[in-house]
Amino acid sequence: MKPAPFRYHRPSTPAEACEALAAELRDGAGAKVLAGGQSLVPLLSMRLASPPALVDINHLDPAAGLAAIEIRPEGVHVGALVRHADLLASEEARLAQPLLAQALAHVAHPTIRNRGTSVGSIVHADSAAELPAVLALLGGSLDVGSVRGTRTVPAEELFVGPLESSLAPDELALGATFPALADGAGVAFAEVARRHGDYALVGVAALVSNDTVKAAYLSVSDVPTVIDLTDVPDDDLGEAALSRLDPIGDIHATADYRAQLVRVLTAKVVREARKAR
Amino acid sequence: MSEDLHEFALTVNGVTHDLAVPARRLLSDALRHDLGLTGTHVGCEHGVCGACTVLLDGRPVRSCLMFAVTAQGAEVTTVEGLANDDDSLGPVQQAFAECHGLQCGFCTPGFLTTITAGLRDNPTPTHEQARDMIAGNLCRCTGYQNIVKAVERAAELSGEQR
Ligand SMILES: Cc1cc2nc3c(=O)[nH]c(=O)nc-3n(C[C@H](O)[C@H](O)[C@H](O)COP(=O)(O)OP(=O)(O)OC[C@H]3O[C@@H](n4cnc5c(N)ncnc54)[C@H](O)[C@@H]3O)c2cc1C
Ligand code: FES
Ligand code: FES
Repeated sequence: MKPAPFRYHRPSTPAEACEALAAELRDGAGAKVLAGGQSLVPLLSMRLASPPALVDINHLDPAAGLAAIEIRPEGVHVGALVRHADLLASEEARLAQPLLAQALAHVAHPTIRNRGTSVGSIVHADSAAELPAVLALLGGSLDVGSVRGTRTVPAEELFVGPLESSLAPDELALGATFPALADGAGVAFAEVARRHGDYALVGVAALVSNDTVKAAYLSVSDVPTVIDLTDVPDDDLGEAALSRLDPIGDIHATADYRAQLVRVLTAKVVREARKAR
Repeated sequence: MSEDLHEFALTVNGVTHDLAVPARRLLSDALRHDLGLTGTHVGCEHGVCGACTVLLDGRPVRSCLMFAVTAQGAEVTTVEGLANDDDSLGPVQQAFAECHGLQCGFCTPGFLTTITAGLRDNPTPTHEQARDMIAGNLCRCTGYQNIVKAVERAAELSGEQR
């Protein structure tokens, strides 16, 4: 099927993009931002979504800096037009926060990563996606702008439901900040998918520091879920995680199988994150 | 309501075309229907099969997941643009012919574009890397073995041509 007709905006600055988003919302049902299109275009083609307008941010003036990856004191800042492939290839980003590359290698296939944006994947808030779980685990944040100004949304306030972020319909995400790896901390990522590059049946990321052990889960619940496993004995990690998760069954995997993957992968990533310290 | 048409220039295989299409025209449809470049195939139309893969400024992308208007200003390369300048088969095409890397040929344009870019980034792939290079493309006929062989053969052929 083909997408339904929509009005097309092609702003050249973030301010123009915010204007267009605000105007569309004032006059009707509001517009959707078009970034890499790797999630949005399939939804439009299948007519699961038919917004009256799209705001294509692919032609924003590079001077706005939205295509930049910056290593800042607070972490790796990823602009809204940074493609997964660019973030995965960034040596600086990998050194500052190795979990990014570890997780990105599991995001779809290289061809999809050439187009899809890392920030788009966070706004899309798919609980089966890798980067929302990574942002949640690291305690990162998203910078968003609108005609009302800019604000920073912490990850724990970002993912509110299945495919639902807390952004207002006229807000534009400008960039995400993934906190850098602290001294003495270690991270690890693992997932099981039918084929490499498919959405995970279960994925787990771990962050181990001097005094905490945390794990984040994708494809287990409706939203990316972070669980504190500090002081849990190694042999009990899987069960401790399961006591706070309620794995869902669907056509891809039964709830029991997901529970088993949670047990196995939790133990594995915590072990590996410890080793990586 | 008649739909707004967007007028813009689209550069495909080095040739600039003037298009006037609705914003919702997928790049895959613009190539096939508006420009008559039917070498790009459309299988799933939601990003999964890879048959529609074209190069956008040299990088493989799914043309079914892009609107033609978004490709304005970029260089698009389709399978029609992979032949040598004298119209003989390019190295990846030649390797597919030699290795029997296709049967029905439906998936082939996507493999050819993907491998062309893959070998540019990594001219001497290992067997594992050759497999990896094509992991995002589906083929319902060949069982992939001969496609992997074709990747390795294309690497040899490109090496000879350099
Ligand atoms: C075959 C296939 C396999 C895939 N497999 C995986 C996978 O394994 N793991 C994974 O994580 N992803 C996967 N993806 C999705 C891919 O990672 C997408 O690129 C990503 O989810 C969305 O990024 P995008 O830039 O393409 O966003 P778009 O598709 O352009 O947008 C997605 C949503 O986010 C909104 N949005 C995007 N950017 C902004 C912004 N700056 N401000 C406000 N709103 C914004 C859009 O309005 C839309 O609602 C897959 C996609 C395909 C086609
Ligand atoms: S037709 Fe584009 S990926 Fe299948
Ligand atoms: S040759 Fe028929 S689908 Fe690949």
